[in-house]
Amino acid sequence: MDNNTVIQVEGLTKMYGDFAAVDAITFDVKKGEIFGFLGANGAGKTTAMKMLIGISKPTAGKAQVAGFDVYKQAENIKKSIGYMSQKFALYDDLTVKENITFFGGIYGLSRKRIKEKIAILLEELGLEDVSDQLVGALPLGWKQKLSFSVSLIHDPKIVFLDEPTGGVDPITRRQFWEMIYKAAHQGTTVFVTTHYMDEAEYCDRVSIMVNGKIEALDTPKKLKAQFQVDNMNDVFLKLARG
Amino acid sequence: MKRFIGFIKKEFYHIFRDKRSLFILFGMPIAQIMLFGFAITNEINNVDIAVLDHSKGATTTEIINKISASKYFSISQFINKESDIETIFKKGKVKAVLNFEKGFSKNLIKDHKATIQIITDATDPNTANTVSNYVNAILQQYQKELNKDIAITYQIVPQTRMVYNPELKSVYMFVPGVMTIILMLVSAMMTSISITREKELGTMEILLVSPIKPIQVIVGKVFPYIFLSIINATVIVLLSIFIFKMPVQGSLILLGFESVLFIITALALGILISTISATQQTAMMISLMGLMLPVILLSGFIFPISSMPLPLQIISNIIPAKWFIIIIKGIMLKGVGLQYLWKETLILIGMTIFYIGLSVKKYKIRLE
Amino acid sequence: MSITVSNISKSYKSVKALENISFNVKEGELFGLIGPDGAGKTTLFRILTTLLIANEGTATVADFDVVLDYKKIRNNVGYMPGKFSLYQDLTVEENLNFFATIFGTTIEENYDLIKEIYVQIEPFKDRRAGKLSGGMKQKLALCCALIHKPKVLFLDEPTTGVDPVSRKEFWDMLKRLQQKGITILVSTPYMDEAALCDRIALIQDGKILQIDTPQAIVKHYPKKIYNVRADNTYQLIKSLKTYEYNHSVYPFGEFVHYTDRRADFNPKDLIQFLESNNLSNVEIEKTVATIEDTFMELAK
Repeated sequence: MDNNTVIQVEGLTKMYGDFAAVDAITFDVKKGEIFGFLGANGAGKTTAMKMLIGISKPTAGKAQVAGFDVYKQAENIKKSIGYMSQKFALYDDLTVKENITFFGGIYGLSRKRIKEKIAILLEELGLEDVSDQLVGALPLGWKQKLSFSVSLIHDPKIVFLDEPTGGVDPITRRQFWEMIYKAAHQGTTVFVTTHYMDEAEYCDRVSIMVNGKIEALDTPKKLKAQFQVDNMNDVFLKLARG
Repeated sequence: MKRFIGFIKKEFYHIFRDKRSLFILFGMPIAQIMLFGFAITNEINNVDIAVLDHSKGATTTEIINKISASKYFSISQFINKESDIETIFKKGKVKAVLNFEKGFSKNLIKDHKATIQIITDATDPNTANTVSNYVNAILQQYQKELNKDIAITYQIVPQTRMVYNPELKSVYMFVPGVMTIILMLVSAMMTSISITREKELGTMEILLVSPIKPIQVIVGKVFPYIFLSIINATVIVLLSIFIFKMPVQGSLILLGFESVLFIITALALGILISTISATQQTAMMISLMGLMLPVILLSGFIFPISSMPLPLQIISNIIPAKWFIIIIKGIMLKGVGLQYLWKETLILIGMTIFYIGLSVKKYKIRLE
Repeated sequence: MSITVSNISKSYKSVKALENISFNVKEGELFGLIGPDGAGKTTLFRILTTLLIANEGTATVADFDVVLDYKKIRNNVGYMPGKFSLYQDLTVEENLNFFATIFGTTIEENYDLIKEIYVQIEPFKDRRAGKLSGGMKQKLALCCALIHKPKVLFLDEPTTGVDPVSRKEFWDMLKRLQQKGITILVSTPYMDEAALCDRIALIQDGKILQIDTPQAIVKHYPKKIYNVRADNTYQLIKSLKTYEYNHSVYPFGEFVHYTDRRADFNPKDLIQFLESNNLSNVEIEKTVATIEDTFMELAK
């Protein structure tokens, strides 16, 4: 594993009885890359991601995440990654500040560091005026931007995003992607799982899972050229229909 | 009508496919009646008792043997002085001490009269009461045997003294209370949960945007539970008659009628709860806090209403369960008929009409 | 007109969910309501399906007033709420049977309408609805909404959370239903689905931004729009935003969409500017606006 590879997966497999939910997948993700991990519901995305973030043991294969082995060093992995899901993000009944403080505390940040982080985050997001308001009262787009920032609070090497921009308005969505580009630019690897193909267009490289296997892996541009279509949605349709 | 039957069919699918509600429906009544039945039962077995025999005569030995031979008691130790009584009660194992007066045997023969003191540990008043009744029974039996052979009547006078809780109250019969709780639980809680479940799932939205009438939805929801509650009430009565040998003095038909009335009261309450709660969790909380606790605490089921502070006595009047308990106690234990219970029955009918009226008023044909 | 909406407003406490909304949907039309979460789509659906009453304005569905004739509307519309709203503990067939009965019909009576969709889920008819995949659930929900042969079909975000293959199939089904004369009002947060509708209304924060055919909407985009690309997207966006003539800069998939304020904009100037900002492999080419570009321009 060279210095620039933060996720290295080889023949990773998860069996449920006779059924291979994840069937010997192999791929690498580089430092600072925005990697799209695509697939339909039930294609095995979530199972694969659970193995990578150390909450599910693989049946076979090798995987290293942020330099740690998924079999033996799951706890170290959890400290080196951030996670944001569309379903669960922040506590609606805590204020903006309280949320940041809470998540900072979970990741063991010192009180001083949390204070600094609060100041930085509020300024970056322009949330100074609402820092003492309940998160539940904020517009959806603000919540998602805040929750992304919170997932980066401990400066993780990799951040896993689960369908991050579904349902937000197009402008907020752009702002969200700008934040992702910035994080990647600063060296954080961004791992996006999604089944919305237009989200895939923003990624540096994408892999597409079908029935537990990775059926395609390349830049969106090359994939579109390879399948002779205009967008990732059609790439996916061609792949899924075989 | 076809719509309505289709709706009821669906409700039964829900009930029979949900293990949790099945358990509440059928497991709970049986479990509760068994628990209450055996916890407040009149049966005792192998209770440890101690003997303080100041007399040490032939009669006392005979009585002791008789007691020891019964399956209810086992004599665990003999003590020699009064001061030991306190000590062994404090250890907790011995539930009663038999204290034969000095010269018991001699007195019995000479004066035809002798005294035995039965001291019981009334920290558990129920056991204490039962123990002393049983000892009395054994003594009386022994007395009869003595008197059979001899012309003169010998008389043993038992003196019972309860320690630690001298004002022992009689234990209330548990069946009426358990029946009330279960009918309340099944009818009110299950209905309110099953209606709010549709709200939570969003299916209520589809039902509203369909030609089915709100009244059909409500009656369709309620009907299966009336049916199941009647089964439950029957099971409880049968269990208490056949397992706990509880006599039903009054009319079974009247009992059935009053039970159906109470079931409808509870269902109306359930519907009312469902109109004010948006989620199953809220419905459950309101049912438990607003219905179950008052039923247990304020209906006279466990704590006699007569010994409550006045404000609570007044509050207890608005609890339907209170009236129902009076009614079924009257029918089951006293064997009285409607001529004595019409007032309580009318109160229940009034409450039911009030709740139904209120829920019809609150039921929404739209989402807000 | 199958649906008429005039000057509808609706508030929840202090929040304005809908502000003065008006539009018409013709008979047999497939009309899309396109907007993000929280735009007011669901509120509007609930007003039209008689579940909510508007604070102001009037609306009719199938020529019935949504307030006065709500019972008649309930007989004539099919509704698929945003959340999967079927009984998870009933099987596919039981669900369908149930909805057929409460609408006073049978599966057999209207089988021809749902046949195409139902044959796809028929192999699983004894499976509980809760155990179906997302795409299957959605097909079942559509069958249940169609079982009484409604005149108007309301579909609130039917494709949210559904994978691309099922999404495609779903839209194909809608097209076929439309040919059978059913008016369809569908909402979606996905701009790419807009092109599949006859006409669309773009909606945000309770207000309609524009109503037209998807083709007309993109045609009326007021600016020339460019795809810009460079090796470092983050730096590229940052630089473009500092360019004094920029009108809008939005990341758009593998490109950045750029519009300029000047009428006589020459892309070469921009390339020069970007290269002076240390960006390499800069490419600029003209492109066509999408619904999403229009939406952003209008919502700006």
